[in-house]
Amino acid sequence: MNIPYSRHTLDNGLDVLVHEDHACPIVAVNLWYHVGSKNETRGRTGFAHLFEHLMFEGSQHYDQGYFQPLQEAGALLNGSTNADRTNYWEVVPTNALELALWMESDRMGFLLPALTDAKFENQREVVLNERRQNYENRPYGFAGMAMMAALYPTEHPYSWMTIGAAEDIRAARLDDVRAFFQTYYRPRNASLSLAGDVDTELAIDLATRYFGELEAGDTPPGVQVTALPPQTVERRLLLEDRIELPRLYIVWHSPSIFAEDDAELDLVAEVLASGKTSRLYRSLVYDERMATEIAASQNSRELGGYFQAVATAAPGRTLTELAGAISQAIVNFVDQGPNAHEIERCQAQAEANFVYRLQTVGGFGGKSDQLNAYNVFVGDPGFFERDLDRYRRVTAASMQRVARDWLAPERRVLLSVVPRGRRDLALAGSEPVAVS
Amino acid sequence: MRIDRGRLPALGADPLLRFPEIQRRTLDNGLRVWTIEHDAVPLVSFLVMLSVGASADPDDRPGLAAITSDMLDEGCGDLDAMELHDALGRIGGHLDSEIGSDATILTLSSLARHRERASALVADMIVRPRLDATDFHRVRELRLNRLIQLRDLAPALADRAFVRLLYGQHPYGHMPLGTEASLQELTLDEVSRFHRTMFVPSRMIVIAAGDATHDALAAAVEGAFGNWRPLAEARQIDRSTWPSPPVVHERLAILHRPGAAQSELRIGHVGAPRQTPDYHALVVLNIILGGQFVSRINMNLREDKGYTYGARTSFDFRLGPGPFVLNASVQSEVTVDAIREALDELCAIRGPRPVTAEELRAGRAALTRGYPRNFETADQISRGAAQLALYDLPDDYFSTFTPKVLAVDETAVTRVAEQYIDPSQLLTLIVGDREKVAPALPRLNLGAASELVPL
Repeated sequence: MNIPYSRHTLDNGLDVLVHEDHACPIVAVNLWYHVGSKNETRGRTGFAHLFEHLMFEGSQHYDQGYFQPLQEAGALLNGSTNADRTNYWEVVPTNALELALWMESDRMGFLLPALTDAKFENQREVVLNERRQNYENRPYGFAGMAMMAALYPTEHPYSWMTIGAAEDIRAARLDDVRAFFQTYYRPRNASLSLAGDVDTELAIDLATRYFGELEAGDTPPGVQVTALPPQTVERRLLLEDRIELPRLYIVWHSPSIFAEDDAELDLVAEVLASGKTSRLYRSLVYDERMATEIAASQNSRELGGYFQAVATAAPGRTLTELAGAISQAIVNFVDQGPNAHEIERCQAQAEANFVYRLQTVGGFGGKSDQLNAYNVFVGDPGFFERDLDRYRRVTAASMQRVARDWLAPERRVLLSVVPRGRRDLALAGSEPVAVS
Repeated sequence: MRIDRGRLPALGADPLLRFPEIQRRTLDNGLRVWTIEHDAVPLVSFLVMLSVGASADPDDRPGLAAITSDMLDEGCGDLDAMELHDALGRIGGHLDSEIGSDATILTLSSLARHRERASALVADMIVRPRLDATDFHRVRELRLNRLIQLRDLAPALADRAFVRLLYGQHPYGHMPLGTEASLQELTLDEVSRFHRTMFVPSRMIVIAAGDATHDALAAAVEGAFGNWRPLAEARQIDRSTWPSPPVVHERLAILHRPGAAQSELRIGHVGAPRQTPDYHALVVLNIILGGQFVSRINMNLREDKGYTYGARTSFDFRLGPGPFVLNASVQSEVTVDAIREALDELCAIRGPRPVTAEELRAGRAALTRGYPRNFETADQISRGAAQLALYDLPDDYFSTFTPKVLAVDETAVTRVAEQYIDPSQLLTLIVGDREKVAPALPRLNLGAASELVPL
C-alpha cells in the first residue's frame, strides 16, 4: 500500500507533487498554503479564514468569481482553513486540468489587483453568517472555543478557534488582506499536489508554466510560542447553552502531529471510544445507559495536540457520574493496558482507515490532500508507509505508557456544558466562562 | 512557452467515461444480486437495499421502520451486539445504515480479503437479527434522547416542521426518526413483525462491489443469502392508496426560537416523483436556480447580499412526489429581505427572467462534465446502481444521462419551472426569533403567519 508520486520543486520554491491514477477520467488539484489561524495574533483572530473566502472572489485576469468557469467545466471545488494550513482544491474532469491550474495560479499571483472594498465587506458578512450558523446557532457550538481558551495561554494562537472572534472579524481591514497575502501566499509557502488521470511529465510541465513565473517572495516569519506552563491541578469550567442534555468535555494536552506517542494516543482513543465494543461506549452507553453518546480523539497539530473525551448525559443522569466512569476507564487502561483482542481490532481498523483514505484522488481528503499533508508537515510526501508503520509498531505496553504519561487527572481540563440557568448540573467547583 | 493570461485555456474534448459493468443475477429466493468489479483499492463493499422506508410506517407508528433498521446490528445469528461489532472490527469493517422515505440501505465495507466474512455478517444482520428486548429498550431510549437533543437544532426543527406542513398525514409527512409519542408506545413485537413482513428477498437487492471478480462477489453473496427462505408473507405496500398531500392554504409559518442568531428558512412545496419524464429538465432547472454555488439563489443571497453562508434549492426525487425546497440559514435582522429575494428568484425563473442561453449552457455543462466524478469509488458506484434498482430505471440510464441533459433546451426549462414551481402554493417557514422577525413580516404579503409549536 502506498501513494507513488513524483516531486518537482520549481525555482520559486513551489513543490509540485504528482500521483497518477487513471481509473477515472478526473484529476484532483490540491494546493496547500502553510498558513492558518496559528499565524494570527490575539485581537486579529479569524483572519486566515476570512482571507480564504476572498480567494474565491476573482483575481486580476479573471475577475468574475472563481466558481463560474470551474463549475461549468464540471469541477467540484472548495477550500478550508484550520489552525495550521489553508487548502484549496478542485476535482476536475481530465480535460479541465489546465483551466484549474490557470485559475489557481492567477489567484496565487494576482489576487490583489482584483480585490475591492465591496467584495471584502460582502465576504465579511458571509463569514459572520457562517459563524452564526456553525457556532452561535448550534447546540454546544461554543464548547470548542471555551476549551481552547482554557487549554492555552491567551497569546498562544491555539487559544482561539479558526473561525475567530466576531468583533475581530468586524474589525478586519482591507489593508490587512494585502499584507497577509504578500506575506503568506507565496509559492515557497505552498505545496501543489495533482492526483488522478494525468501524465506526470505533462503535469509538471503545466505546473511549471502556470506557477513558475510567480515571484518566490520572502520566507514567511515562523510562529513563536513560548513553552506551555505545566498544569499541576485539574481545572473545571462551566458553560451555559441552549441545550437539553448536559455534556462533559475532558481535554488534555497531547503530542504534536507525527510526534512520538501521537499514533499510540490515536489508538488509545480508538480502544476507549470508537465503535460499540470500545470500553467507554460499552460501559457508559451500552451497559449503564448513563450517556447518550461518547467520543474520544487525539487531535494532533503542528504546535501541539489535544486529547479529548466527550460524553452527553442521558436524561436524569449527571455529569459527575460520567466524569467518574470516564476517569475509572482511564485508570483501568493505565493499570492494565489494552488486551490482545483490542490491539488486534484497533490495528485492523487503523490499516483499513489507511486504505479507505486511498479511495479518492481528492476533495476534502483523498490522495492529493494526503500527499500535501505529508509534504508540508514532515517534508516527505512519501511518508505514507512510515505513517502506517507508526500504527503497526504500537504495542500494549506503549499504549499503556502514553495513557499514563499524557492522560493524568491533574493535567486535564473539564468543561461542563449545561442548560441555561442550570449551573447546578455542572461538575462541582466549576468556574463559569463566557464565550460569544 | 509563456502562458496567456488574457483568456482562459480551452478545455479540449471531454474525456470518455467507461461506465462500470453491472452483472445482474437473481437467486432462487428472489433476491437480486448485482456485482461490480472495482480494483482501485483492496476493499469490497456489500450494499443491501430494501425498498421499504419510513413511508411504510403505520399511521400511528412513525419511526417503526427506522428503529427496525437500527436493531439490525444489535446482535444477529450466533453473535450478540458486542460480538458482532468485534467481528466487524477485525475485518476492518465500516458499517453504515441509512433510511429515507422509500428505502433502507445497509452498507458494509471491509478489506477485500475478508469478503466472505463480510457478506456472511451482512446476511446475519438482515436475515437473522436477534431483536432482543434489552437491546430494543436501549435503542429506543437512545432514539428518544436524540429527539430531545434535536429540539435545539434549528435545521432539524425546520425539516420536521416543514414536511409536516407540506404533507400532513401523508406517508411523507414525518421524519424517519418518528415522534416521542410513537417511540414511547412502540413494542418489540411491532418491530419483529415489521422485520418479518417487510424484510423479504423479493424487495431487496444486494450490490457487491470491489476488488474481486463478478463471480467471486456473487459467490460471497449467494453463500450468505442463498438459503434464506422468508417465514411470512410479505406485507404489500400499495402506494396507490396513499392520500394526496394536502392543499396548502397558509403561506407563512413561524416557529419561535427566542434569541436565535439566525432564521432557518424553508420555502417550497410538493415537487415531482423520480419517475417523471421531466426529470432531466428539472435537474437542469435546479442547477441554474439553486443547485450549485453559482446558482441564482446563492449568488443573490450570499454573494450579492451577504445574508447567509449559503442558500440552495433541491428537488427531492422519490417514488411519490417528494418535496421541492429552498433552504438557507440567514441573519435574523434580514430575514424578511432574504425571503423576498428568494421568492422573487423562484418566481422570476418561470417567466419574468427565464433562463438565458448562457445559463443553460453552463448548467448543462456542469452536470454532464461533472458526471464522471460519480464513478470514482466502489461506494459511489454501488449507490448509483441502487438508485437504478429503487426507481426501476433502465439499464442504460448512466450512459444516456449526458445526452438527455444536453437535449434540455430553454423552452423545456421554462416549461418545467412553470409547471413545478407554483408561487401560489409556496410555503415559507421561519425557525427563528419572532420578536426580531415579526415587525417586518407584513411586507411579505403572505398573510398572517401561523405559529407552530415544535413537534
